[in-house]
Amino acid sequence: MSDVAGEKVFAEIIEKDQRIEPRDWMPDGYRKTMIRQIAQHAHSEIIGMQPEGAWITRAPSLRRKAILLAKVQDEAGHGLYLYSAAETLGADRGDLTRRLIEGRQKYSSIFNYPTLSFADVGVIGWLVDGAAICNQVPLCRSSYGPYARAMIRICKEESFHQRQGYELLMTMMRGTTVQREMVQDAVNRWWWPSLMMFGPPDADSPNTAQSMAWKIKRHTNDELRQRFVDMTVPQAEALGVTLPDPDLRWNADREHYDFGAIDWSELKRVISGDGPMNAERIARRRQADEEGAWVREAAAAHAAKRTEVRA
Amino acid sequence: MSFDDAYHSLTDHDDDARWAYGTGFADPLAGVPTALPEGVDRADLAAYCLMLGDDALVMSHRLQQWITRAPEIEDELAVANIGLDLLGQARLLLTRAGEAEGAGRGEDELAYLRDPGDFRNVWLAERADADFGQLVARLLVFSTWRLALLDRLATSGDPVLAAIAAKGVKEVSYHREYAAGWVVRLGDGTDLSHARMQAAIDAVWPLTGELFAPHPTELRLAEQGVAVDPSELRDEFDGVLTEVLRVATLGRPTVPAGPAPGRGRDGVHGDELTEILDEMQGLARATPGGAW
Ligand SMILES: [Fe+2]
Ligand SMILES: [Fe+2]
Repeated sequence: MSDVAGEKVFAEIIEKDQRIEPRDWMPDGYRKTMIRQIAQHAHSEIIGMQPEGAWITRAPSLRRKAILLAKVQDEAGHGLYLYSAAETLGADRGDLTRRLIEGRQKYSSIFNYPTLSFADVGVIGWLVDGAAICNQVPLCRSSYGPYARAMIRICKEESFHQRQGYELLMTMMRGTTVQREMVQDAVNRWWWPSLMMFGPPDADSPNTAQSMAWKIKRHTNDELRQRFVDMTVPQAEALGVTLPDPDLRWNADREHYDFGAIDWSELKRVISGDGPMNAERIARRRQADEEGAWVREAAAAHAAKRTEVRA
Repeated sequence: MSFDDAYHSLTDHDDDARWAYGTGFADPLAGVPTALPEGVDRADLAAYCLMLGDDALVMSHRLQQWITRAPEIEDELAVANIGLDLLGQARLLLTRAGEAEGAGRGEDELAYLRDPGDFRNVWLAERADADFGQLVARLLVFSTWRLALLDRLATSGDPVLAAIAAKGVKEVSYHREYAAGWVVRLGDGTDLSHARMQAAIDAVWPLTGELFAPHPTELRLAEQGVAVDPSELRDEFDGVLTEVLRVATLGRPTVPAGPAPGRGRDGVHGDELTEILDEMQGLARATPGGAW
């Protein structure tokens, strides 16, 4: 198909809200944007195993240990579906991993904060998985078919993670004073970073317009952030924790919660690599990759020998 | 899926199916009679359940330590899955130990509040893995032995042990297959991986002797048809290991396998178990009265 004809078909598919499939013609910019978006999402799932993964061996009950281990396993599964989706666009998982550990591709900055207590496990489930759901539910209608299908499965699991996190916090809030303080402390530390998960404000988000036109994105960053705040405030009240924002209050005119100004300089600092845990997260991923190299080489060598024998 | 549906999850209740790889949270013992079998000594049954439960709990802990360190994402998934299966077995076995003991201790009291000297796992379970080759060597030995054991335990006179074993057989068959697959790939792969895999098998071999040395508790319960005499597992174990090592082009270790160096069944352990328990029990012990 010529580029002109391809462009026309592509535009029609987008216009009719249908899905682009791997073998369809697509503009280079679309392909590149999709690969970058899916890869960054995949990296986020894999790096996102670390903050909570650190608590598996220390979980204070066997039931919580099983729930946490299953959750972290789910995140590995999400990474796997997403790398596979990126591969349908011609990307290579090993290459994407190299880009991650060389700092050439990003992952969600939220995972550059430390997990200081077991309450963080609950708060991450509630707020971080919660924010991820807000971001990701619209992606179930992404114009790129393999990504949209991966997101449907992922969103179902993320919503379960959120509920499990919230349930842990509810249980802890009914426990000892020390436990309630742990929960409030974790909420204080994770609230603002969670709001930053939706990305820079619309006025400062250069790629949004093109992504919306291609139906890669369905809502702006600020719309999603507002939605998250509106849904979370009543949950915080039910839990009995205070969200650390003196400006947070219901605005009857807007029918939304108003909230305080976000410290965007902090987000920029963390994205640019200067967050509390950036170096450690990447170092851990790099170490796993390097220490596993001989294993992957052996698997490839074994597979090659088997092919030879069969040929 | 509408935009708002995701948040309904907070009130959904019937959603076990949402787990990607399953957690087995549904009660696998539903409908199984829990009364103790007649004529069986409570203390013996409790001790036996602790032996098998501690093997699973401690081995699971070592697998948990591999999370975010595995060579590929597929292996992250597999290691987590195996760790989760063994954790599930441990929970059932510790719960049964508590019931048999009859002193009101549940799975968490038994997991978090016992000292190393009260743990009855074999030394194989607590050994740290220096590399992925050692992990799969240890997992191959552990799961081959445990599968042979659970297979026989599925007809135990204790209906609870029988049900736990029947469920475990399916799980541990997969664990053995996973481990054997890697032992073959690494043994046959490159010169480097061959050397490392051989070193890993050699390193784990001295720990195998303990697996087949029966403890008096096991012998007493085996006579009543409740437990398995582990010395009966040797032939099956040898057969499987011989075949896997052959396909993997690995030599059978010349290091003698016995006599048993550890007496884990009597609560004698190395420093490695103390390190595991410090990590596992630290938070639970530091927050007395905590609700999790
Ligand atoms: Fe995820
Ligand atoms: Fe999640």
